[in-house]
Amino acid sequence: MQRLDFESAVEKIEDKIERLKIASGQDKASTEEEIQKLEQKAAKILSNIYSKLTPWQITQVARHPQRPYTMDYIQNIFTEFMELHGDRCFSDDPAMLCGLAKFNGDPVVVMGQQKGRTIKEKVRYNFGMPHPEGFRKSLRIMELAERFSLPVFTFIDTPGAYPGVGAEERGQSEAIAANLMKMSGLRTPIISTVIGEGGSGGALAIGVADRVLMLEFATYSVISPEGCAAILWKDGTKGSLAANALKIDAASLLKSGVVDAVVPEPAGGAHRNPGDTFNNLKACLTEVFSEIKHTTVDKLVKNRYNKFRSLGLFTEE
Amino acid sequence: MGWFKNSFFSVEGKSVKVPQGLWVKCEHCAEIIYKKELERDLEVCPKCSYHFRLPAFERINMLFDKDTFEEFDPLVGPTDPLGFKDIKKYKDKIKSYQKKTGQKDALISGLGCINGRKVMTAVFDFAFMGGSMGAVVGEKITRVFERALDKRCGVITFTASGGARMQEGILSLMQMAKTAAAAGRLKEAGLPFISVLTDPTTGGVTASFAMLGDIIVAEPGALIGFAGPRVIAQTIKQTLPEGFQRAEYILEHGMIDMIVERKNMKESLGRLLEYLG
Repeated sequence: MQRLDFESAVEKIEDKIERLKIASGQDKASTEEEIQKLEQKAAKILSNIYSKLTPWQITQVARHPQRPYTMDYIQNIFTEFMELHGDRCFSDDPAMLCGLAKFNGDPVVVMGQQKGRTIKEKVRYNFGMPHPEGFRKSLRIMELAERFSLPVFTFIDTPGAYPGVGAEERGQSEAIAANLMKMSGLRTPIISTVIGEGGSGGALAIGVADRVLMLEFATYSVISPEGCAAILWKDGTKGSLAANALKIDAASLLKSGVVDAVVPEPAGGAHRNPGDTFNNLKACLTEVFSEIKHTTVDKLVKNRYNKFRSLGLFTEE
Repeated sequence: MGWFKNSFFSVEGKSVKVPQGLWVKCEHCAEIIYKKELERDLEVCPKCSYHFRLPAFERINMLFDKDTFEEFDPLVGPTDPLGFKDIKKYKDKIKSYQKKTGQKDALISGLGCINGRKVMTAVFDFAFMGGSMGAVVGEKITRVFERALDKRCGVITFTASGGARMQEGILSLMQMAKTAAAAGRLKEAGLPFISVLTDPTTGGVTASFAMLGDIIVAEPGALIGFAGPRVIAQTIKQTLPEGFQRAEYILEHGMIDMIVERKNMKESLGRLLEYLG
């Protein structure tokens, strides 16, 4: 477990648990009680730490290298996943994972930005930053979902759309814009969950949904804290200041009305206990889906338009 | 008209000591141009054809038939939803830009005629916080699309923007969804939407309604893209190709329909409206 710098209070206990687990080997009974006690103690310390995280610390949790990624959620919340590839124009972008799956037995469409764990994977998935072909693949699969009346579940986890020469040449902006427009009128239910980093336009490109959920220690922002700091503070290392100012945490997002519900994470974040995280999210998705699945498509589309239409504060006098 | 005078003479006059406002330096070729000549040429450099950035009302005045323009929603103004503060307070920045431009925010919208054809419009003003799109810009654009839908009228937008307005946080990102959704409704109704991209159009504005026009036009040399060139150069750690993200480059890559010089803009837009109207 890669520990974050603000978690030092739990280091000793977690190390001890680890040692006991290794030492006990086959003979689990002898140490079981002690491990349980220590685990409870660790959970308490972690809950305490995590109840007071700053937005910048939450950013570190959202980017934790062991945090579950889109594919982990798909495999643990859905069944019978079949991946679908390609935008039919240029290529298949691995940074945008799309496919068919079953949710509580019902056929659905799933998609999300995918990050990699090993260096080789990170490069393959381009650190979760899609090119235009990734967004165009997701658009193609959303249109497929619409034709076959399949609900769409999207999982948002990206630093942002890739800023590169090829991406610009092939119309990164147009690809994102087309997704926003299509999703706003898509004639099938859409539920989006921000699971890690909700990075700007590349996140929103699969986030125009009937319901938007957000994991407790995920972030969602118009620009990365570092990017914002580089522009407004003229210093890219002032990310912590920018994270505070931008209010990118789940509680703030809920308050702003951009997010409809926050999904609780286990003590110490999703990466410490992915199993409980999957269960929590599955329960939330089930509930939210049951709220909207009997709504007529006309009403769904109208409500979705009005939901995004109403976002933004201004005066008029 | 008061604003006409103000907008014409508000740019210069700070560091210039010799006869105030008589001469202007071209940002592109550094040529010193006689101000009157620049005005006569619609703010286009006579030496290198660089199209100067225009205050919103100046552009409206150039393009719309005399006395036909009626402004929409002049009272819609910004708030500070996050209590945002970087080196300066967002509230103070708003006030200083309002003072500088005489406008509430970075967008002027309204209805007018181009060569006798009625059209609704939204015009960005880059001088107001880099034309950034916050709640005011997003709301005013959305209202233009909705009004156009209601009155069965076409829309022309003129963009000049660095993207979403960071100081309004996530709500500024949501303006992308809001404006793209409204543009989608216009499209569904078969009403024309012409998007004119001027220098520069980047970030959340390009990645929402601006790239959704039925016809996309650009002014010569305009910088148009998603990420800014500096961010890209830093990311890929290579020098960028010549002319990268300029109107001519993106035309070649199939992203826009045409490049139109400022002196021909009114006539071209009039003709497009005739075809699509």
